[in-house]
Amino acid sequence: MLSASAVIGVSFAYLLVLFGVAWLGDLRARQGRSLIDNAWIYALSLAVYCTAWTYFGSVGRAASGGVWFLPIYLGPTLAMALGWMVLRKMVRIAKTYRITSIADFIGSRYGKSPLLAGLVTVIAVIGIVPYIALQLKAVSAGYALLTAADGLLPTSSSQHWTSDGTFYVALALAGFTMVFGARHLDTTERHEGMVAAIAFEGVVKLVAFLAVGIFVTWGLFDGLGDLAARAKAEPALSRLLHLEQGGSFAWAQWFALTLLSMLSVLFLPRQFQIMVVENVRESHLRRAAWLFPLYLLVINLFVLPIALGGLLYFGQGKMDPETFVLSLPLAAGQHALALFAFIGGLSAATGMVIVETIAVSTMVSNELVMPLLLRMGRLGAGAGPELTRLLLGIRRAAILVVLLLGYGYFHLAGEAYALVSIGLISFAAVAQFAPAVLGGLYWRGGTRRGAIVGLAAGILMWAYTLMLPSIAKSGWMGIHFLVDGPWGLAMLRPEQFMGLRGFDNLTHSLFWSLLVNVGAYVGLSLWRAPSGQEASQALLFVDVFQRTAQSSPVFWRGKARVSDLRRLCERFLGARKSDELFEGYARRAGLRSVDAIAPDPRLVQYVETRLGGAVGSASARVLVASVAQEDPLTPDDVLRILDEASQLRAYSRELEEKSHSLERATTGLREANEELKSLDRLKDDFMSSVTHELRTPLTSIRALAELIRDEADMPAAQRQQFIGIIVAETERLSRLVNQVLDMAKIESGHAEWHISTVDLRELLQNAVTITAELFHERGARVLLAVPEQAPTLQADADRLLQVMLNLLSNAAKFVPNSGGEVRIGLLTDAEGATVTVQDNGPGIPPDQRGIIFDRFRQGGDAQNRPQGTGLGLPISQEIVKHFGGRLWHEAVDGGHPRFLFFLPWHAAGARPDNRQTGEKA
Amino acid sequence: MSKTILVADDEPNIVISLEYLLQREGYTVIVARDGQEALDAIARDKPDLVLLDVMMPNKSGFEVCQTVRADDNMRATRILMLTAKGRETDVAKGLALGADAYMTKPFSTKELVLKVSKMLEDAA
Repeated sequence: MLSASAVIGVSFAYLLVLFGVAWLGDLRARQGRSLIDNAWIYALSLAVYCTAWTYFGSVGRAASGGVWFLPIYLGPTLAMALGWMVLRKMVRIAKTYRITSIADFIGSRYGKSPLLAGLVTVIAVIGIVPYIALQLKAVSAGYALLTAADGLLPTSSSQHWTSDGTFYVALALAGFTMVFGARHLDTTERHEGMVAAIAFEGVVKLVAFLAVGIFVTWGLFDGLGDLAARAKAEPALSRLLHLEQGGSFAWAQWFALTLLSMLSVLFLPRQFQIMVVENVRESHLRRAAWLFPLYLLVINLFVLPIALGGLLYFGQGKMDPETFVLSLPLAAGQHALALFAFIGGLSAATGMVIVETIAVSTMVSNELVMPLLLRMGRLGAGAGPELTRLLLGIRRAAILVVLLLGYGYFHLAGEAYALVSIGLISFAAVAQFAPAVLGGLYWRGGTRRGAIVGLAAGILMWAYTLMLPSIAKSGWMGIHFLVDGPWGLAMLRPEQFMGLRGFDNLTHSLFWSLLVNVGAYVGLSLWRAPSGQEASQALLFVDVFQRTAQSSPVFWRGKARVSDLRRLCERFLGARKSDELFEGYARRAGLRSVDAIAPDPRLVQYVETRLGGAVGSASARVLVASVAQEDPLTPDDVLRILDEASQLRAYSRELEEKSHSLERATTGLREANEELKSLDRLKDDFMSSVTHELRTPLTSIRALAELIRDEADMPAAQRQQFIGIIVAETERLSRLVNQVLDMAKIESGHAEWHISTVDLRELLQNAVTITAELFHERGARVLLAVPEQAPTLQADADRLLQVMLNLLSNAAKFVPNSGGEVRIGLLTDAEGATVTVQDNGPGIPPDQRGIIFDRFRQGGDAQNRPQGTGLGLPISQEIVKHFGGRLWHEAVDGGHPRFLFFLPWHAAGARPDNRQTGEKA
Repeated sequence: MSKTILVADDEPNIVISLEYLLQREGYTVIVARDGQEALDAIARDKPDLVLLDVMMPNKSGFEVCQTVRADDNMRATRILMLTAKGRETDVAKGLALGADAYMTKPFSTKELVLKVSKMLEDAA
């Protein structure tokens, strides 16, 4: 055994750590560096689903039912996988309308009905208090087991409450919850420190449970195989490994359990609090949707091994299986591990108790106490100014009361139920919220009346078919009504209602309670149309994704004064927070100051939503109504407002589209302008170059002509020389003009191309013949080497000849004065033909090779640069490009220049924009 | 003693015409075919006036002008820029870099002779 002081000391040390984590979480939240704004933390905090019931109870359930503990975890996995869209919608609604709890959610959806919210709260309290008791019982039982003398089974906790450690645990938890769950009144019911602590607990219980599992599997036994083999050897245990459990597989029960846990993971007040209210970012849901199921899988890995291990180790019936997690390490003498396992259980229990208490106390204070005080006129205009403190007081009192109720329940009835049955009874109560919530999310026709009657009928049926029999079986009342039915009416027997047999009592109860619930909800909703108030809320909930804050309709008609609304906020939220709210509103509305705020419906709705974040929607509605003059809303009003809003929305969307297209047009214009500018610059450069090239020969012509004119007695030889130069420069001018025009035509796509079948061998021969005289003058020889045969191609023969003549005349200019030689070659392959023109001239200096294809740039130095325009090569290049080929230059053997051009047989790259006017020619 | 004029231009026919024109007016003419040659000739022969073309290989007229103005020995050289680039920016650039005068091609031989003699008188 362990000493009581050690167990208590470690437990309270653990609670202190929890305080520390929560304190840090709150501190970081105040500093704006949120600790919980993180999908991992969010997913871990969802693990609050795993309570002491998981921690101890699953093993117990596995010890008696084998794999039947699984549906409780399959349900949430399915809910997260299939239902995260539902969850996302709930989160969006809760954030948009500042929903504080599941009661607020349901009440708000059905016309902000205080009655409905109150009913949900009552159901939650009834359903949850036993569950809280269960957690306390687990802690108490664990403590008793750890501190009991070896070999003795703990018997009873019938000691007086003042000497009961559990009572103090409950008090400590109440203190924690008050500090981190109700320290200040906020307009978003969020508690960062608390969530951080819960996520921390999620880690602790997982690690502790895995530690025990690993110890049992590999410490006490030889691994999973050994455990399974030994279990198979015992007939009583081998049954646990099969789904059938001896009989045929109970599909209905499996389905019911899965459905039940699916609904409870969505609608348990603590799950709603953690998943929906405390959610920091909608996007966190995505990761949680697989991380939380993974957590469930991991924490369930060792359930069956621990159960089998316990049964094998202690023998069947010798030890309560629900204590295996503690008793196995303890019996094996692993006291430290046992203590760690206890802390794990404690964290599972306290996590649940804290969140559940916050959720339930919020509901109780907002949906039960507040409306009551409002009705009694205690919070009317005459009440004191500082209501914030009163509200917090109510909240704290509610926390204490809920925990004490839980403790009282545990103290009175703790021994009567097995852990698992309490848990499932709670689940079945919470499942009654499903029709009202799911219907409310997706069906606009659901009404307040339908929801109230459905819920009431469902919970009554639950009480009659599940709760009462359970109480009766505990021996607190006679069980004859179970056997014979009340007043001897067998049809009304709670566990075979209307003679329905063949189900276990949970499935039976779930069937009947959900049947009457859904029946009443749907039936009554269809019977009477919703009121204006209900219809407006229905629209806000069902269509939440279609609206943004700006374009959402405001369902309020009436008169109000800004000063009244402001005073109301001050009283409930405090002066500072109220100022912040109004300043924020003014800023968002684009107003200069708070004084410029108009008392329009949007302001009223804003104030009501923010107040609702603190006191619940239904109470906020009553409060606002007390200071504003409201005109009742008819269904026609709702339709009209909706119509206006959708027109407004359509109009704003239109505006947005227009501004988008304007923006696009502007961008397009700017780009076009840039392009034009750069084209303009290019043209400018071109013009400048052309001007220069034209003026140069003109300069010589004018100067020489003036010299001849002014000097009548100029020697004849001199005159002849000058006139010769003038003629040559004139020729240069005309050549230049022609080539500039040619270039411009090709570049602008206005050149005429006369396409015909071209035999390159013929073309080359032709070019050689034309230039023969030129080379003869220069004393150079021309060598032409062409293959016997070559394919033809479709091109403009004259243009290609122009290219060849250009290359040949260039070569003629650069060949040496004696021994000049030009080689012309033609190579063909599958792709196309390559023509080479190589001379034995000095070649192009490396620094000039880059520029020879530029316009007006000529190779050679100033003294012996031959006559040319500097446009020949650029034009040739354009022509070759036009037929999909390319023209380039290489330096070969000692720098002799070689020009090559390649033409493909099929010019895929030919520019289609050019006019093909061969037919005309 | 006759004044010496350097003609710096890469167009042979322009050089021929300028050489003939200036020799007829009684000046001594030396010739440079690119920017570098022009700089060398200025340093070596210290001409009284340079007719400087802008678009020349190796060194442009602008560069030559800049170098001359930055050199203590050559700074006093008179420079008349001749260019086929008639844009105002080119004129402004030439003057900013230290040319004494500017004429665009094609030029009138009479105007050129007048300008040259005036520039040489001013310098004297």
